[in-house]
Amino acid sequence: MANIDTTTDAGGRGAGQNALGGDNYLTHGRGLKSWLFTLDHKRIGLMYLVVILSSFLLGGIFAMLIRTKLLSPGNSALMDANTYNQMFTLHGAVMIFLFIIPGIPAALGNFVLPLLLGAKDVAFPRINLLSFYLWVTGALIALGSIVTGAVDTGWTFYTPYSTTTNTNVIAMVAGVFVLGFSSIFTGLNFVVSIHKLRPQGMTWFRMPLFLWGIYGTAILQIMATPVLGITLLLLIAERALGIGIFDPALGGDPILFQHFFWFYSHPAVYIMILPAMGIISELVSVFSRKHIFGYTFIAYSSIAIAVLSFLVWGHHMFVSGQSLLAGMIFSFLTFMVAIPSAVKVFNWLATMYKGSIWLATPMLYVLSFLFLFGIGGLTGLFLGALAVNVHLHDTYFVVAHFHYVMFGGTVIAFLGGLHYWWPKMFGRMYNELWGRVGALLVFVGFNTTFFTQFVMGSQGAPRRSYHYVSQFQPYHVLSTIGAYTLAIGLVIVAVNLAHSLFRGRPAPANPWGGATLEWQTSSPPPHDNFPTTPVAGDPYDVEAWTYDGRIGGFVKKAPAGQPAAS
Amino acid sequence: MTGAHPEHLAHHFDTAEQQFESGKLGMWIFLATEILLFGGLFCAYAVYRSIHPEIFVYAHRFLDKALGAINTAVLICSSFTMAWAVRCAQLGRQRALVRLLVATIALAACFLGIKYIEYQHKWKEGLLWGKYFRAKLEQPAGPPTARPTPAPTPAFNPDERSLIPPAAEGPGGLAKRGPEPLLASSPGPPKDVQVFFAVYFTMTGLHGIHVIAGMIVLALMLVRATKGEFGPTYFTPVDLAGLYWHLVDLIWIFLFPLLYLIR
Repeated sequence: MANIDTTTDAGGRGAGQNALGGDNYLTHGRGLKSWLFTLDHKRIGLMYLVVILSSFLLGGIFAMLIRTKLLSPGNSALMDANTYNQMFTLHGAVMIFLFIIPGIPAALGNFVLPLLLGAKDVAFPRINLLSFYLWVTGALIALGSIVTGAVDTGWTFYTPYSTTTNTNVIAMVAGVFVLGFSSIFTGLNFVVSIHKLRPQGMTWFRMPLFLWGIYGTAILQIMATPVLGITLLLLIAERALGIGIFDPALGGDPILFQHFFWFYSHPAVYIMILPAMGIISELVSVFSRKHIFGYTFIAYSSIAIAVLSFLVWGHHMFVSGQSLLAGMIFSFLTFMVAIPSAVKVFNWLATMYKGSIWLATPMLYVLSFLFLFGIGGLTGLFLGALAVNVHLHDTYFVVAHFHYVMFGGTVIAFLGGLHYWWPKMFGRMYNELWGRVGALLVFVGFNTTFFTQFVMGSQGAPRRSYHYVSQFQPYHVLSTIGAYTLAIGLVIVAVNLAHSLFRGRPAPANPWGGATLEWQTSSPPPHDNFPTTPVAGDPYDVEAWTYDGRIGGFVKKAPAGQPAAS
Repeated sequence: MTGAHPEHLAHHFDTAEQQFESGKLGMWIFLATEILLFGGLFCAYAVYRSIHPEIFVYAHRFLDKALGAINTAVLICSSFTMAWAVRCAQLGRQRALVRLLVATIALAACFLGIKYIEYQHKWKEGLLWGKYFRAKLEQPAGPPTARPTPAPTPAFNPDERSLIPPAAEGPGGLAKRGPEPLLASSPGPPKDVQVFFAVYFTMTGLHGIHVIAGMIVLALMLVRATKGEFGPTYFTPVDLAGLYWHLVDLIWIFLFPLLYLIR
């Protein structure tokens, strides 16, 4: 059993519960250099969290500018049409490459993975720090393009426009190339950690499902990102050296770029969603106070998604001139890849059935996720149907679809995970009421913003368009109102979390009653993660933990016949 | 590998064995990413060769098979010296390890030297990629006469041309650029010969960058080996560098026939 010292301290809390006043990873070593040169995965995870949330803010600012412009259908004093192209390119590139792809694995995964394994660190701590600095370098190079000629190609960089536009494509693309290596090394680190650092008794099928999600993600990061790497190198070579591989005048083929690009970028979207699904698996069990349902199915579905995701890239190219046979095959495979995701959703719902639902803030995000990801996933199927795709391609329907899965899926799960692990990371509880208000406002604002876009898109409103016909203006206005609501909700979330750092109640070791190993050390954890190496048990045995009002958290139930641990 | 020298055992590993196996797994995964990186270029090769086989059959004759074969032998030898070096590290034979690392680096430098000669010839003849292609293609140009190791030029056999179907029409909008057939009656060189050289230079160029990177890594191993850091209890970096080097060799072994030995 875990060695939590349950004698009380002067504050009435069990000693070993909260380590804010004492030695923990935040206080172990002081000064800027101890952070910049740290090898501690928890500190690296925190640094990632800071830069990733900053990227989310930057991408969000671009989004708000776009939505504000779109209040009116004609020319706007806010920005001209060229600037608008730059805005949506930057919004996409920043959100995708700086925020959402590193997102959960780097910011939360880095912190939590070794703790879930009962380990002291990831397999390669120095490569972990290198990954972080590669992120910073890539971000600086990419963002440097903003001042030297912000790219206006869309985040997809399609040729021939990307090879001929006079904006600084090379800087943006070089930055993304470096970011790709950050992603590859993170994936490499996680795969080796999961293979080699599992403790005694933690077989593959006794691992927390978040690790299965991270593992599937890491496989994709390792296998898919290099293809993006070579694609971007070829794009740079095309612009800088006139290689001619995508230029028909030189014997090349611009559609080849699309194939190469989407061969990475489709698996990339599963890099975005798999860790999010892993988080949901953890949260849904803990906040239903019930063992996860269908562990094996959920675990295998992560691998199935990872494998199938490589086979569907052509569904981004149904109208690019590929053959009907190719279109049919890709459409069929796209329908197949939805199945493992659906398997997960059903298992989560089954977990909730007859559970004791606890509507804490993380659970509100779980419920949001189930609804929003459900819509996002189903609309993906509409887009995957060949005949329907001809009408919906490049309309707002696509925009709404991917925002439902990326934001309604990944970001919502990220926020849920952030609220779940926040007490562990910082030793503080946030205000629960404001947490719920934020979650609710985010949900309402998000749906207002993007459901409107499904309707607009199905009526033919094209995406990436500065001007639009006036019949769509009511939709755009409603969508922008939703965007502002969403922004306010996110501000509330941010302020609530930030405020907790200064005024939050000190957190116990296990505020939520989770059965995974990270809850068996103090909040925040010590530098070496565990006072003594924990013994791995069933990661979903939540019913073995009981709430103790004196410490405001959960403790292990005593074996039968003895009084509960005090 | 139990009971390892405590200095090399990182605090987050329980045993040296776990650390060594983790390192190996990590390096194999990295090699997989390299294969996928080159995979994109092999895919481009496959695409262009399948839709324009005549370009590849025609243009590959500008490559010097003999130099390519020598380079292949050079890299295979360097893999041999590398593998032997790893064995010496395992056996604690430091002097041999140092000499073999030097030999591997020297062979790599030889490879790069021959590649430089080849590139220089292409540059002089204008046999470059995409928009820089400037060669005159009335006859397929033979390799230059002044070279350190002259090799016989393959004789131009007009009959070989007859095996190729006539060049298909290029994609719509194709600008008339590059060399044109001199006589209407003779088949002449195919259109877009520069595509071959785009593929050739990107593939061998990326490979060359990896050779240089490998030389740097091996030089670092050499420095550490001369300081006596490697022995039977700890030779992991040499082992992992060896794995990387073997992959660099393996990629060339695929590049050589695909680019030089087209039939």
